[in-house]
Amino acid sequence: MADEDLHILLIDDNAVRATVIEEGLREAGHRRVTVIRDMRELLRQIVEVDPDVIFIDLENPNRDALEQMFQVSRSVRRPVAMFVDQSDTASIEAAIDAGVSAYVVNGLRKERIKPILDMAISRFNAFNRLRDELDRAKQALEDRKIIDKAKGILMKSRDISEEEAYALLRKTAMNESRRVADVARSLITAAKLLG
Amino acid sequence: MSAELRESETGKASGVPLTLGFIPLVDCAPLVVAKEKGFAAAEGLALSLARETSWANIRDRVMVGHFDAAHMLGPMPIASTLGLGHVEAPMIAPFSLSLGGNAITLSTALFAAMQQAGAQLDSPPAAMGQALAKVVARRAERGDAPLVFATVHPFSSHNYELRYWLASAGIDPDRDVRLVVLPPSLMVDAALERQVDGFCVGEPWNSLAAQKGAGVIAVTKSALWRQGPEKVLGFRADFAERKPELLAALLRAAYRAAEWAGRAENNAELAELLASPAYVGAPAAVIARALSGRLREAGGDARPIPDFLSFHDNAANFPWQSHSLWFFSQMVRWGQIAYSPALAEKARQVYRPDLYRAALADIGVDLPRASAKVEGALTARTPVASRKGSMMLGPDGFFDGRLFDPDRMEDYLRSFGVDL
Repeated sequence: MADEDLHILLIDDNAVRATVIEEGLREAGHRRVTVIRDMRELLRQIVEVDPDVIFIDLENPNRDALEQMFQVSRSVRRPVAMFVDQSDTASIEAAIDAGVSAYVVNGLRKERIKPILDMAISRFNAFNRLRDELDRAKQALEDRKIIDKAKGILMKSRDISEEEAYALLRKTAMNESRRVADVARSLITAAKLLG
Repeated sequence: MSAELRESETGKASGVPLTLGFIPLVDCAPLVVAKEKGFAAAEGLALSLARETSWANIRDRVMVGHFDAAHMLGPMPIASTLGLGHVEAPMIAPFSLSLGGNAITLSTALFAAMQQAGAQLDSPPAAMGQALAKVVARRAERGDAPLVFATVHPFSSHNYELRYWLASAGIDPDRDVRLVVLPPSLMVDAALERQVDGFCVGEPWNSLAAQKGAGVIAVTKSALWRQGPEKVLGFRADFAERKPELLAALLRAAYRAAEWAGRAENNAELAELLASPAYVGAPAAVIARALSGRLREAGGDARPIPDFLSFHDNAANFPWQSHSLWFFSQMVRWGQIAYSPALAEKARQVYRPDLYRAALADIGVDLPRASAKVEGALTARTPVASRKGSMMLGPDGFFDGRLFDPDRMEDYLRSFGVDL
């Protein structure tokens, strides 16, 4: 059996992340990749897929159910172990850091699994970075809206220019060691209270 | 106080940062109290509590060092140390967070069938088990699918309690019924949708199921084994060597927090604390009932359950090695590991009364002289040998009257028909 013939199962209800990982594995030449997004009857689905390698994200509460499944050897055709190699603590740490856990059929050689594991980990990390960037972009957009609104309030109530309003917000933020957006948010709340 | 701790006092931070993982359950209370009521700060610790979604994550994050310690299932550090179901990662349990607190809830439909077979809401565990055995036998005769019961993890007291109860009623947990694992948050819905016929879980999930009409709380852990061990504070084994002062400081904070959590007059405040979405995220009224042991079995009237959940009384925080050995005996009994005296010894040493004593000796806490006891031997409140001579232990019987003598593990296992 060629390496690319290993059957890889990805359990992830985050559709975007699942696609990112799946694409990575396919680009690396792994043709047999199955994704489970629907967690209902998870165990039955896994038995049907009969994978060699299972990836599950750490946000998934079904991890404990998965571990039970590997305990009950009768329900799975082959015994499954966690991770590639007991001694490979670096891989284990890298996976947990990235937010993914891997389970591998016992007896598969480390050199066959390692590239697959590394690929999944790097794709999880890439997705995390993407998500962080997206979160930051969203936050920046949100902050800008809040600051604009606060500037509007100041311009109206103190009859000052936009630049002066922003300078005032920034000065206050620096004096109180807070973020400009936080000062702006307090100002909006206060303005609401005062009517 | 160590240099590490002193430094932080003069520095900007309000304490040495420690991150602890927990699962949203009522018995995470001592950790929440340690943080929120200032017991950790008093020891120079700045606790961060990280809510987790699975026990597997708890174990893995302790293993790789994301968490300094965590709210853990009692058998979990033992399984991890023995390399069961996972990579071998030595862990220790120097502190017990709670005794009791779990219950077995049966679906409304199953309980109705058991009532036909003679069960009542207040039936003791043996009678309840007999009624269940009749239902199981009748279903087998009719060729119905086996009943499905859920627990929370293969290496959990829940798994062993449920199996103990089923087996004592003559039901083979591996043959006559099907045991699965479900996340606690999904159990109520699974019962409502009839995917499971019952489950063994900690609070608030039994009470929430009863409240929603999904099931009936049929057997409590305290009725199966009064003062039975439950959650522990689990660490990586090397933490004790790397940061002994921090470990001791955390145990002292946890001890004071457990003492506070165990006082009935604090129940209302504790219930409010735990109800926060950051912690358990369930109604304070439901949590308060679990804290006071007044569960509503079928969503109706409550009757008080003695020792339903203990955070502190009866030396609840002492990590008895007879507890770790009992968990090991159950791993052997149910085929999770083959017995050997060497493995039993390894399991015994996961629970660390020596670290508990070292941390608490100087703060005027009474400490038992023994590190293990015969479990199930006390029928009444009894004084035990302790440093200050003031220690009392409450009744601790198993419902079937058996005793677990940790020095006679092999006899104990053989008495259940286990071939060694």
